[in-house]
Amino acid sequence: MDALDLARWQFGVTTVYHFLFVPLTIGLGVYVAGLQTAWLRTGREHYLRLTKFFGKLFLINFAMGVVTGIVQEFQFGMNWSDYSTFVGDVFGAPLALEALLAFFLESTFLGLWIFGWDRLPKRVHLACLWAAVIGSNLSAYFILAANAWMKHPVGYEVVDGRARMTDLWAVLTNSTALAQVPHVVAASFVVAGGFVIAVIGYRVLRERGLGVLPGRPARTITAEDATTPMRRLPDMWRTALRAALVMTAIAGAVVAGTGDLSGQLLREQQPMKLAAAEGLRHDTAGAPFSIAPGVEVPGLLSLLAAHDPAATVQGVDDIQARYEKAFGPADYTPNLPVVFWSFRVMINFGMATVGLSVLGLWLTRKRRGRRGGQRAGQYGGSGEPLPAWFARLCVLALPLPTAAIIAGWLLSEIGRQPWTVQGELMTAASVSPGVSLGEVAITLAVFTVLYGVLALAEGALLLRHVKAGPELPAPATVPPGAVPPARAEETRLTPTLMY
Amino acid sequence: MTTFWFIVIAFLWTGYFVLEGFDFGVGALLPLLSRSEADRRQVLGTIGPVWDGNEVWLITAIGAMFAAFPAWYSGLLSGFYLPVFLVVTGLIVRGVGLEWRGKVHSRREVALCDAGIVAGSVLPAFLWGAIFGNLLFGTALATVLGGALSLSVAVLHGAVFVALKTTGAVRARARRAALLAAVGAVPVALSTLPSVPGRGPLWTLGTALLAAAALAAGVTLVWGRREGWAFTATATAITATTATVFGVLSAAPLPGLTLAEAASAPYTLTLLTWIGLIALPGVLAYQAWTYWVFRKRLTAQVS
Repeated sequence: MDALDLARWQFGVTTVYHFLFVPLTIGLGVYVAGLQTAWLRTGREHYLRLTKFFGKLFLINFAMGVVTGIVQEFQFGMNWSDYSTFVGDVFGAPLALEALLAFFLESTFLGLWIFGWDRLPKRVHLACLWAAVIGSNLSAYFILAANAWMKHPVGYEVVDGRARMTDLWAVLTNSTALAQVPHVVAASFVVAGGFVIAVIGYRVLRERGLGVLPGRPARTITAEDATTPMRRLPDMWRTALRAALVMTAIAGAVVAGTGDLSGQLLREQQPMKLAAAEGLRHDTAGAPFSIAPGVEVPGLLSLLAAHDPAATVQGVDDIQARYEKAFGPADYTPNLPVVFWSFRVMINFGMATVGLSVLGLWLTRKRRGRRGGQRAGQYGGSGEPLPAWFARLCVLALPLPTAAIIAGWLLSEIGRQPWTVQGELMTAASVSPGVSLGEVAITLAVFTVLYGVLALAEGALLLRHVKAGPELPAPATVPPGAVPPARAEETRLTPTLMY
Repeated sequence: MTTFWFIVIAFLWTGYFVLEGFDFGVGALLPLLSRSEADRRQVLGTIGPVWDGNEVWLITAIGAMFAAFPAWYSGLLSGFYLPVFLVVTGLIVRGVGLEWRGKVHSRREVALCDAGIVAGSVLPAFLWGAIFGNLLFGTALATVLGGALSLSVAVLHGAVFVALKTTGAVRARARRAALLAAVGAVPVALSTLPSVPGRGPLWTLGTALLAAAALAAGVTLVWGRREGWAFTATATAITATTATVFGVLSAAPLPGLTLAEAASAPYTLTLLTWIGLIALPGVLAYQAWTYWVFRKRLTAQVS
């Protein structure tokens, strides 16, 4: 155990943690902005309630994304000073652009949105949220362009032991970035869509007095249930759920398409990662893909990576031998089990989420011509209940895509090892030479504990707000002084810093 | 081009210290300026819409250092490893405290958020001064005095800002706090500022004097209840101090490192210049607009 190992752990812990919140910020921001747009266009009360409800959840999560992002920007210099000095000329530019073009936009306009409800004209207020959301998405582009350069460096030359940028356009339009950006951003929309689906599933169960786990035998939904208002899927949740399901399904298709593109780029640019993802030891024509260990589909890996079931895919051991010839003796193989399993978790959990969203779209579809004659056990149109089993399944839409996107990140970054910059700089040569084991140990320990505590706090805070549910319609119709006692307590503690 | 980018980075740090300076001061003074929850909300309401945007000045300054002077960026952050770590930790608990304060329910949780805001404001406000003091002189005394200077000036700056942005009892308390902070800030400034320009270019002597004069003027203006001008004066003092520090650092941003050695190639710097020239006016415009939207003084909320 030396400073390098701990620095790697620290980067892994802080980055994965940061990545728990950021995808949700990216996707949920767009979702909330969409709800507010719908409110402005239709004037329907429930869009406003939904905007405020999901807006609050968005803000709780946003805070974590921001503060954990600060660590990221400092960490390159703190723990990876040799890396930073080597790549700063190229890698620093997208980071500076990210701060200048994206973070200012995001944080300034989000502040205006949070505090501007009563101070700005409605349209301007909505435009502020869109500006903030565009900022979040732009930041994803810049940071992923920087990250793509580590995997497939372009537009540079090495002079005096430092990378020098020769073509910014090449860096910003790196083929790896162009495949990776839509892949990760769309995956973020799947995560956010899944979050919304899970929240609604939980609310629906709660509003019907059911637990998240099936504690008692499933009840048959009778015609009588369907006519009891409390048993119905309220219009508000139905609208919100359908929107989230559509978002998840479409984003899921984009994730699959761009994932396919990334796979083909891997074959050219990072053959070792591709080989590790399958655990393929030797160069193989018609390489198989293991759905589970021992269950191989012949030719599938070749088909995925080259769109040709007979194509040759390079294997780990053969690449190792070639790299030794090219770069000198060293271990060029990443951690195989981690990469292998990350790949499978990413694909399976991701597809399960998309499957769930398609199923949900089917279950919540409108049934025309049946309005008078709904049979017991059918849950289609507006006002009909959502089956409890599906509401419970919905709750899984939170952990599944989150696990998938984290696994995707692990595949991408652990699969890049032992390089920080593919073919140019190794991780072992990137670490800060002047930082001691003790120093990294302190920061790693504090960040891990602090992050753990904050994660629990955020989880509890989100859950509490989900349980409280959307606030009642604006008190325009309620005479002053008639606030119910339970609400009064909340109102007393919340307003100024909330909306 | 190298000099130009050094000025850009000095400008970004200046923006950061001027803007987040009062955020830090407001955060640090939170318990002293409030007697009730309504007071606390009034105090924090002054920075609520703007603090996150202000913090991005730091992120941009650090990002610009990474792009324009990679060796300076990496040398500074790895060289001051633990202090920088503490700054970041402070910013984390402060950011979470500010964002979550309005969303927690019990008094205990609100108090926890407040503790995070206070600690997360005091710690970075002290440490940035300590880091730059150490960078300039390399002695323990300079580190402590640098920290004392940045903390006391931030508190003064924040108190003036609250006095400018509020009405009623909080405003009166903020004025008293500003005068009390001045009792700390002025002697520290007078004992430290004159020694800074020692090894720097001649003009830093002028900026150091300007900083001291602006600080004195600020205190006088607070006394005379001219809060707008007092805020301008404390902002000028921070600007002049930052200019002095970076003026001295221009010869060697880190011991044994020159700007030319630390810099990126002209290609990168030229491109960043063009993008910066196009984007920065927009950023300044919409940040200024935020301050315009929230220009009104905050009154105590009747709840």
